[in-house]
Amino acid sequence: MQKNNSYRLSFAILVVILLICFFANISLGSVSIPTRDIFNSLIGSPVENESWKHIIQNYRLPKGITAIIVGSGLGISGLLMQTLFRNPLAGPFVLGISSGASLGVALVILGSSIFGGVLASLFISQWGLVLGASFGSFLVLLAVLVVSVKVRDTMAILIIGLMFASITSAIVSVLSYFGSAEQLKQYIFWGFGSLGNLSWTDLQILILLYVIGILISIRSIKSLNTLLLGENYAKSLGLNIKHSRFIIIIATSLLAGSITAFTGPIAFIGLAIPHITRQVFNTSNHTVLLPAVFFTGAIVMLICDSISQLPNSDFTLPINAITALVGAPVIIWLLVKKRKMIF
Amino acid sequence: MKQEKEHIVLKIENLSIGYSSKKSKTVVASNINIKFKKGELIGLVGANGIGKSTLLRTLTKVQEPLKGDISIKNLYLKDYTPLDLAKTLSLVLTESVASKNLSVFELIALGRQPYTNWIGNLSKEDIKITKNAISQVKIEHLKHKKCLELSDGQLQNVMIARALAQDTDLIILDEPTTHLDMYHKAYVLKLLQRLAKDTGKTILFSSHEIDLAIQLCDSIIVMTENNVIMDEPCNLISKGVFQKLFPKDLIAFDATTGSFKVKK
Repeated sequence: MQKNNSYRLSFAILVVILLICFFANISLGSVSIPTRDIFNSLIGSPVENESWKHIIQNYRLPKGITAIIVGSGLGISGLLMQTLFRNPLAGPFVLGISSGASLGVALVILGSSIFGGVLASLFISQWGLVLGASFGSFLVLLAVLVVSVKVRDTMAILIIGLMFASITSAIVSVLSYFGSAEQLKQYIFWGFGSLGNLSWTDLQILILLYVIGILISIRSIKSLNTLLLGENYAKSLGLNIKHSRFIIIIATSLLAGSITAFTGPIAFIGLAIPHITRQVFNTSNHTVLLPAVFFTGAIVMLICDSISQLPNSDFTLPINAITALVGAPVIIWLLVKKRKMIF
Repeated sequence: MKQEKEHIVLKIENLSIGYSSKKSKTVVASNINIKFKKGELIGLVGANGIGKSTLLRTLTKVQEPLKGDISIKNLYLKDYTPLDLAKTLSLVLTESVASKNLSVFELIALGRQPYTNWIGNLSKEDIKITKNAISQVKIEHLKHKKCLELSDGQLQNVMIARALAQDTDLIILDEPTTHLDMYHKAYVLKLLQRLAKDTGKTILFSSHEIDLAIQLCDSIIVMTENNVIMDEPCNLISKGVFQKLFPKDLIAFDATTGSFKVKK
């Protein structure tokens, strides 16, 4: 019982940090806006400068919300996969889900010239990108899963995931060889990753898919906890392994796929966030971990995004570079300091 | 007669076990007829590759029997739903748990999964049963430790407590004494004997510790190439069953001490 109380305190602290980070994220940017006016534009009160209000409401606010969705969504999909594959190194990137999404997007952007005409304009729309990325990530994850049923060795599964990533990037190379310069540029910019390109309409679609993914994840908490014992024990506890596996994969590809579609591949968040969270909470219980990963992911992503803005300058660094610079050292530190990665 | 029938927990009739594919059928053992009584500690012994694991896999519904019937508490095994079976039969396997970051209490509480709600919250009753399982195995001092901090022997006790928390009439353990030193082998089997007596659960374990099984079990199932026999240890010794267990060139069974001796 005492344990629950200490978790409650940690969660209260996380909520406060999240709010601070969210507000800081919105406050920082190339244009400096007084704090009072930021607050006023958030609650809809009159603001001294109308363009400030526009920046806050139509640019910084959706970007801040996107950061929360990306950090928490990728973190949770990483958590689901680490438990499902019983492997601390699993994550949307390592298992090739992001490359699957890239392949889908490459087919949509670069392949649109092949289909041509009316189809092209349909494909190139935001919906086309989302469908392509989600479908691509789902296919790769499904392929990894099919292989994982036959190959029990988790190391082998990871290597196979990397091989799938190589295959998809090879196909992308071939496609880009035939694509036009304009299309290539569009694809490469998507690949840099960006949180700032979402309109409110895009955000609505993303939020819808994200909420479905999160709800399915919450529904899977019990089976995830059972899977911590290993599949044979889980089966002896009455768990329908095939069914729960499928559900978990659907949740993962919905989360990772839709996020990657809208923001581009964001490196290392899915892999690193669950590990950072486990260091703080020191538990494997998903009832605690899932919400904890939500907060940690959102906070880290908001901080990364604030850094990438280079406050008070006109430059914006690719978000992908920042997350890799934050995430990779964390993984190295865990391996060196702790000698092994627990999950 | 009726009294006896109520005490039968598991009944195996004319069972044939093995593997079947479209083309061929490999029979590992056939014509098995045995009964488990309530509160019995039963050992399963036999040489390597004789089919102990196949028998356990068939009893736990991991694989289908080739022929014959298995019934647990007067219901055919094939008619059990996975969840009902989880409330009737718990397992201790040779594989280690996937996540060693679980605390001992959390791991044992996972035994309550078949009874908990959709999100897996523990009710007061679940916590009471979990604590009870911990005290029955006498591992209160380990309660807050992580599984990765435990020795093999301690971990085996924890896994037994988890099976107890699952609150089933039947517990099946696959070679619970492997990787343990002599003291802990005896400790684990002695613990199983006490649990069977105290809780009235029927406990079946496979093992290569024949001498310990002879001393501690209520009955032993001996698997040899020709047949599968279940009886009380002293009856098995007087029938000379253990002599037929292994090839005779290296070791011989000594009926007076109840153990195997290397031939000089």
